[in-house]
Amino acid sequence: MKEARLLDNNGLRVDGRRLDELRPLKLEVGILDKADGSAYIEHGRNKILAGVYGPREAQPRHIALADRAVLRCRYHMAPFSTDERKSPAPSRRELELSKVIREALEPSVMSEYFPRATIDIFIEVLQADAGTRCAGITAASLALADAGIPMRELVAACAAGKVEGKVVLDLSDIEDKKGDADLPVAFMPKSNAVGLLQMDGSLTEDEFKQALDMAVDACKKIYEMQREALRQKYLVVKDGDDEKEETVAEVKP
Amino acid sequence: MTVYAEKRGLVSPGELLADGPFFAGENTYREGTKVFSARIGLADVVGNKIVVMAVKGAYIPRIDDIVVGRVTDIGMSGWQVDISAPYPAMLPASETPMQRGRDMGRRDLGRIYTVGDLMIAQVIAFDRTRDPLLTTKGRGLGRVSSGRVARISPAKIPRIIGKKGSMITMLKKETEVDIIPGQNGIILAVGRNPDQERIAVEALYMIEREAHTSGLTDRVKAMITAKKNERSVA
Amino acid sequence: MSITRQLSPVAKLEQKSVVDLISKGKRLDERGLMDYRPLTITLGVVDKANGSAEVHLGKTRVIAGVKVETGTPFSDTPNEGILTVNAEFVPLASPTFEAGPPDENSIELARVVDRGIRESKAIDLSKLCIEPGKKVFMVFVDVYILDHDGNLIDAAGMAALGALVDAKMHKFDVKNGEPVFKDDIMPLPVRNYPIPITSGKINGSIVMDPCLEEEQVMTCRLTVTTDKNDCVCAMQKGGLGVLTPDEIKQIVATAISKSRDLRSKILSKVN
Repeated sequence: MKEARLLDNNGLRVDGRRLDELRPLKLEVGILDKADGSAYIEHGRNKILAGVYGPREAQPRHIALADRAVLRCRYHMAPFSTDERKSPAPSRRELELSKVIREALEPSVMSEYFPRATIDIFIEVLQADAGTRCAGITAASLALADAGIPMRELVAACAAGKVEGKVVLDLSDIEDKKGDADLPVAFMPKSNAVGLLQMDGSLTEDEFKQALDMAVDACKKIYEMQREALRQKYLVVKDGDDEKEETVAEVKP
Repeated sequence: MTVYAEKRGLVSPGELLADGPFFAGENTYREGTKVFSARIGLADVVGNKIVVMAVKGAYIPRIDDIVVGRVTDIGMSGWQVDISAPYPAMLPASETPMQRGRDMGRRDLGRIYTVGDLMIAQVIAFDRTRDPLLTTKGRGLGRVSSGRVARISPAKIPRIIGKKGSMITMLKKETEVDIIPGQNGIILAVGRNPDQERIAVEALYMIEREAHTSGLTDRVKAMITAKKNERSVA
Repeated sequence: MSITRQLSPVAKLEQKSVVDLISKGKRLDERGLMDYRPLTITLGVVDKANGSAEVHLGKTRVIAGVKVETGTPFSDTPNEGILTVNAEFVPLASPTFEAGPPDENSIELARVVDRGIRESKAIDLSKLCIEPGKKVFMVFVDVYILDHDGNLIDAAGMAALGALVDAKMHKFDVKNGEPVFKDDIMPLPVRNYPIPITSGKINGSIVMDPCLEEEQVMTCRLTVTTDKNDCVCAMQKGGLGVLTPDEIKQIVATAISKSRDLRSKILSKVN
């Protein structure tokens, strides 16, 4: 049986993209009413909703920490989000991803401002098309900012990989399934810091460096899109003098 | 010594605001010589202090804040009060004007405040190691027995008050309703009839929605007038 | 085991505001007692699913997805496909929802929505047989609550219906007891359109489509699911309060008439 190729004779991918091209990405902030902060991302065919509650009272009380807030993160996929229906019960994969996502976001949150409280992050995948953990992180970071939680900076995430011997950016579903390597990366541009790094497949050292650089560059672009999404949500018209605020809403250590 | 942020421009977490010997004010942080924003908000320079006025965020109690709270439990020597903060507050019986110098049992406490009661209280203690402590000894503090409640983002309370109280004075005058804003984002509207109270609550939500627009005071006043006319015609 | 719920997180004064308004025939958002909040429904929001729909009812948001897969039929209905309805009260939808297995509220909602679809015979399950006794199609309806501002049952029921009328599957031949799919697609065999209509009782008055603040004050609710023939196909009373027989008959009458508008709104979205 002849296998369909992932790269054509012009070096273009199945969906027509160049090797270093991102899939279309759309971000929206503050779309949910009940959640303290929320964001929605469409990245390729991924459709992911992130919601944040917090800081709020630690329940149960015994999980609280004396000197900072506890971050809880749940990555979860809707049963209808994948090609084959996924059982609603949390899978081992979802539990692992919940952990690495929390570890990517937590360094950016100034949790020391809220001792004995919790900050809860919920990522719901409504439609999955490879790169859900990265898209989830991008949305969750915006949701945290939308909730007014003090952060050092936003976190952007994107994956790179290898397909038919060539290093490519932002794998699609078929490239993830049939490709040679997958490297999801979460990055904080201001601190030049990688908060999530996973890899599966086979890469030489040079290929790895190439893939990492590619992913980091993409994260910087995605970071600008995050800032633009916040701008869209909170566009401000300059006030006249009579409406200047008396006091400021503070965050005290 | 450079300021990068536009005066009252929108900034997001991690955005570089200034570089130099500035004081890192509210919602900012310093790294080396640089000052960055920690939240989404409007950046401003006050003297040599860089601040960011947050657009949204949880209520973190401060000492002397006036808050509106709801009783959630009756304890041994006081009441547990929900003040919509990440920490449950406590009103000790000794901090109410009703203390008669004798120990009050739970039944006596229940006669003063029961679960579900609303009160106006003042924060007298709060720090990193313990939950906020309240008092109702003071003018205007105590149990709330009538009126309507509006819940808005605490960051918008200064907008409800306005410069030198201009917005809240207008609201009270136009709606003929007494408006008591809690720093925790919960506002009481106490009027002579429910229709007036409803108009006041609508005005409060309108201010929250349009907090960062210009000409708001006039628009809210116009909305109130229109609603009042509707009611008198109906 | 079912346990009495925690007390309402709403102050008594706020509850009183809702009750006082309703005794005057008014509601918090100036709706009439029998009015529904603004309703929008969008089909095909998740294209990986066979069918999907998102419903906005006021600030309540629910999304439903339909997946069609193969499986073994039940022994007592060897020639029929299988319908399963599941609901997720995901934690981002409300500060009161916790992560974990479905609680009694989400199970009740799933079963009420299921009853409406099943009892109205909305899906012609006999058309979903591949090989009698051996292989049939299973229709999974998964309801996902995204934002809880009251009346989740109606929003979920409408989202589920929307997802079903949106659902498509490939035409198929049967070879050696297995389906062989063709390129042509066909709609899922849906032939009835059940709509749940929920009313709440507050201080002796009946209100339709209770919002969250009203739900926190109401003593009980009655959901009446009706079909395209104005027949009642499912009912569910919930809450600790009680209803008189006359109140129930009144609720059923208004539910039947109200469901017509909502049904035509959903069906108008199918092209």
